Amino acid sequence: MVEPSGPLVLVVEDYQDAREMYAAYLQFSGFRVAEATNGVEAIEKTVELIPDIILMDLALPKMDGWEATRRLKMDERTRHIPVVALTGHALAGHAEGARLAGCDSFVTKPCLPDALVAEIQRMLASRKAESGGGRRPARQTGRKET
Amino acid sequence: MHRSVARVVPLTPGVELESKLALSEFLLASTDLEASSRQSLDWLVANANIRQALVALNEPSHPNLLLIAAHGVSANAAADFNVTRDETEHPLLQAMARPEPTFFDHASSIRSPIDTQLYHVVPLRADPGGACQGALVVSSSGPELPADVLWVARVLAKQVDRLISRQTLAETRFGEERMLLYSIINAVTDPILLTDTEGKLIIANTHAEKLFAAPEDASEGWRRAVALNNMLFSAALSTSAVTQTDLARRELLLVDPLEGSDLLFELLSSRAKDERQGTYVVSILRNITDLAHAREEIEESYRTLRVAQAEVRDERHRLDLIIDSVVDPILVTDQEGDIVLMNEPAERLFNVPASSGEAPQRRVRANGANLTSFVSNVLTRTGEQRYRGEIPFSDPQTGRLLPVEAVAGTILSEQGELVWVVTILHDLTEAIEKGRLYEQLKFASAELERKVQEATAELAQQNELLRRQHIALEQASALKSQFLANMSHEFRTPLNAILGYTHMLLHGVTGTVTDPQRKSLSRIDSNSRHLLALINDILDITRIEAGRMPLNLSSFQIPDLVHEVMSELEPIIRRSNLTVTTRMKGKLPIVKSDRQKVKQIVLNFLSNALKFTPQGSVTIGMSYDKSERCVAILVRDTGLGIPLEAQSKVFEDFRQIDSSPARGYGGAGLGLSICRRLAQMLGGTIKLVSAVGAGSTFTLKLPARPPRR
Repeated sequence: MVEPSGPLVLVVEDYQDAREMYAAYLQFSGFRVAEATNGVEAIEKTVELIPDIILMDLALPKMDGWEATRRLKMDERTRHIPVVALTGHALAGHAEGARLAGCDSFVTKPCLPDALVAEIQRMLASRKAESGGGRRPARQTGRKET
Repeated sequence: MHRSVARVVPLTPGVELESKLALSEFLLASTDLEASSRQSLDWLVANANIRQALVALNEPSHPNLLLIAAHGVSANAAADFNVTRDETEHPLLQAMARPEPTFFDHASSIRSPIDTQLYHVVPLRADPGGACQGALVVSSSGPELPADVLWVARVLAKQVDRLISRQTLAETRFGEERMLLYSIINAVTDPILLTDTEGKLIIANTHAEKLFAAPEDASEGWRRAVALNNMLFSAALSTSAVTQTDLARRELLLVDPLEGSDLLFELLSSRAKDERQGTYVVSILRNITDLAHAREEIEESYRTLRVAQAEVRDERHRLDLIIDSVVDPILVTDQEGDIVLMNEPAERLFNVPASSGEAPQRRVRANGANLTSFVSNVLTRTGEQRYRGEIPFSDPQTGRLLPVEAVAGTILSEQGELVWVVTILHDLTEAIEKGRLYEQLKFASAELERKVQEATAELAQQNELLRRQHIALEQASALKSQFLANMSHEFRTPLNAILGYTHMLLHGVTGTVTDPQRKSLSRIDSNSRHLLALINDILDITRIEAGRMPLNLSSFQIPDLVHEVMSELEPIIRRSNLTVTTRMKGKLPIVKSDRQKVKQIVLNFLSNALKFTPQGSVTIGMSYDKSERCVAILVRDTGLGIPLEAQSKVFEDFRQIDSSPARGYGGAGLGLSICRRLAQMLGGTIKLVSAVGAGSTFTLKLPARPPRR
């Protein structure tokens, strides 16, 4: 496993298997990874670590992803951090709810790890273009599925 | 008045002294003034050529001049001789006041007392200068007065003077009665004649004179008619004389002297004997000319009457037939309310045979009384021509009450007097029965309406129940959809982990894997994907059924979409060794629809075709139907084909014709059923044409513009 040195991704996911799977694959893909298991923890970690991007599951215990995102987007310190929502609820309304809460992107589960990585890289690239510089994310090293 | 003193004509030498002596003797012997006067007049007629003459007395005890004798003077003139002694201005009295005779001619202002226009009035005085005791009036041919007349006047005056003192009152009265008799005879309108047995006229009343005497100035025709009448009359009398009957009655045809027309008389003649004058005949003529006419007319009118009677009888018969044929009773009553006429139906109400029992008789009487009171009501309403009312009658035989409406009309005479009352009775039983039936009908109708309303209410209630059940069902369905949605979510969380870790293993995230390991991991991967597709399909269907699949409309080009689908399936196409071609017919418009859903359908068509076609080709056709404004996208393969009986089933949920060769490609068999639902959402249809061994053609027809919701 390559020692991660890329952008810091905060993975917020209550389901341990999924959280660790994404974390493993992100690290494998060259990202640094931090983890949170609920909305409250997600806010604490974000304020503490100021990650480059947050991967936020919406269905969370204690505080759900929508509420956590709303709070983060109201906080001056964390407002700039892009949030990619991750949900198994493909029903109409969820995407709209996520956007209203302040999520910048929306990915439906099941989402294969490489697709998720691709989305994160896309978001970071567009954010970088907007801010006109900043840290470059590491090149994606994962192989593309044929 | 023209008056002149009469010139005395000297005594005619021809007059014999003897006759004068005879008259003188008679006068001396006579104590009767009337007879003396008549004898004097007769002498004048016989000896002095006098035709008409009279003697009038001026008697102080009488108010009038008294006519005591006349000769040749008409009864009329005699009756009219009426001079009051007070009328001193009267020419006759004035003439009598003179000492000498007076001559009257045409210029005289008075009517001649003796019919002739020329006459002398000779005053009768016993002594010259003495009182005038009367007058002798004689006809004359001129102003010359014959000496004989003066002589007679002188002797007559002496006789009058001698006798007048002896004249009894009774005698005077006799003269008056004679005058009265004349008046009476004249007043009789029938001609009356007194004749001798030969028919010679003695006395005739005015009406008889018209027939039997002609005045001097009468025309020739008149004279001839009078002569003829006298002849006819004499003939009639002589036949009666032969028969010697006391009272003869026969018809006598005479001529009207003035008109010339025939007159028919009934002649009644009787003989009378007078001691002085002998036998004479009194005849009364009754004009029966008009009577004869009348009889003829009566006979004619009798005949006419008979004919009319027959006609009336016929008419009456017809009328009876008509009236009897009228079903309604008709009655005609007079002012007293008695029935004058009635038709047969009316008879049934008011007449029963005497043999019928007590009850029918009583009912008939009651009916009659009711009618009488009704008619009297009509009579009191004089102003109205029509009167309408109801009379409570009963059937005489059965006693059943007959509700009867009576309409009465009055018949007035030409003078406006009420003559009859015509009453028509109309039996209302039927009308009342109809009314009752109508009420029943109305009641039944209302009942029916009520029942219909009840049924409607019940129906509405059941509808409401159904509506509630429908809502409950919808809620259950929504719950089911929610449950499936939740479940698919719960399925996907672990599946996500399986796919993710398999993926990581295959990508060597956890280190290199051996080839057998890789093969196993690939199996896990493909089965996980199959499971994910199943879950996604279930989710789609539940979303569609829950109505939670939104339409995202956008404008796009069909060929672009087809190429996109082809490029997505490029790996599978390459693996399948099939020739996939596109064919475009004509020009396609830009379509406005839900691009994602159209793409899903086409993707399904093409992947199905690739799955179920072992060899050959797949063609994607595109066309536009202008008239229907629809685009069609068809996918034709040369595959296995679908048997006819199975063609409708391929659109059902979880159906696959033959699962075995296709399993490798996955798919829950929900694809076409989802496609059909999506096509419906877009306002389109999906059609399948196929036969076993001849391949299949799936066609999506889609409106170029979305249908209005």
